Amino acid sequence: MSKANLLDRRQVVSTLLANRKDVVAIGGLGASTNDMCAVGDHARNFYLWGGMGGAAMIGLGLALAQPKLPVLVITGDGEMLMGLGSLATIGLQKPSNLSIAVLDNEAYGETGGQTSHTSAAADLVGVARACGIKDSQSISTMAEVEAFAKAVHDVSAGPRFANVKIDSASQERILPTRDGTYILNRIRGDLGFQPI
Amino acid sequence: MHARADAAETVPNWPDDIFATLQRFDVRQVPYVPDAGHSKLIQRVLDSSTMRGIPLTTEEEGVALLAGAWAGGQRGVLLMQSSGVGNCINMLSLIPILRFPFLTLVTMRGEWGEFNPWQVPMGSTTQGVFELSGVQVLRASSAAEVPAVLEAAASQAYNALTPTAVLLSQRLIGAKVFTK
Repeated sequence: MSKANLLDRRQVVSTLLANRKDVVAIGGLGASTNDMCAVGDHARNFYLWGGMGGAAMIGLGLALAQPKLPVLVITGDGEMLMGLGSLATIGLQKPSNLSIAVLDNEAYGETGGQTSHTSAAADLVGVARACGIKDSQSISTMAEVEAFAKAVHDVSAGPRFANVKIDSASQERILPTRDGTYILNRIRGDLGFQPI
Repeated sequence: MHARADAAETVPNWPDDIFATLQRFDVRQVPYVPDAGHSKLIQRVLDSSTMRGIPLTTEEEGVALLAGAWAGGQRGVLLMQSSGVGNCINMLSLIPILRFPFLTLVTMRGEWGEFNPWQVPMGSTTQGVFELSGVQVLRASSAAEVPAVLEAAASQAYNALTPTAVLLSQRLIGAKVFTK
């Protein structure tokens, strides 16, 4: 059941990717990757169906390889919690073109809605900031989501982190392709890289 | 105070051979969890203008990082100690699924005169863990064989997309000993 005053995850992701231009977006395992597909498949969508905890690090590798390209990681609170150390790694590297948006419903939605650590104790914004990601904020309005979506295109001012409180309502499942080599090579092709 | 027996008396040159090979293969991102056996190579990487050394909090971060690097057109190599291999297991599943070039250089503990029993369980299963995870294992046991092993490993990892781990044996690095 959804609580009042919490944002709708699809609206959030739709706004984050509405004017994406050259953004490469990485979707963390779970509903986040489905949301990215639901708001529109794209050659620069990196859908993850596994590797839980790895989304932010894939974003870091991409951001360092392509420093002029905006890279946006969209993931859930559970996926981010599993890769908490990566915030320290990113805080140290400070890639100015990397943005991370966590869709925080305080629960493991894919496995039965068990509450996550963010429901009662863990403060992901505090963690990100304490790891050296100075531009870290908690988002609770669509206006803030719009502002964050714009900031993603500023590849000189990151890294930036946003924790977006969303409602826990389940959405219609819209599943992206599960073919990993297709997903990766489609991104590489769109960036101009040839097959080996 | 601690010192290294066997190969430890002089600064080894084999890390320079590894560095030269990585440079020749245009390796750009070098994620690592520090290990004494990798210290010279890590320093070479950090001093390099073409490679970026990226300290990790845990080794599995490096596997995911290399997937992202390849999506963005860069090659990388993961440096770690044998105990870190266990930390990577689930993330290794990205390699066959995404099919990106994967090369890791692993300094071995838990073998060849190891004094610390706590290193032995993971050191003993390092090769098995890799092989069960679809990563081919090559080994260098002496400084003389490092260049050829690295050349083969880098070639098959980057040219043939064969996931490859090079185990740098404790005999090569020198068994770590602690003395009072």
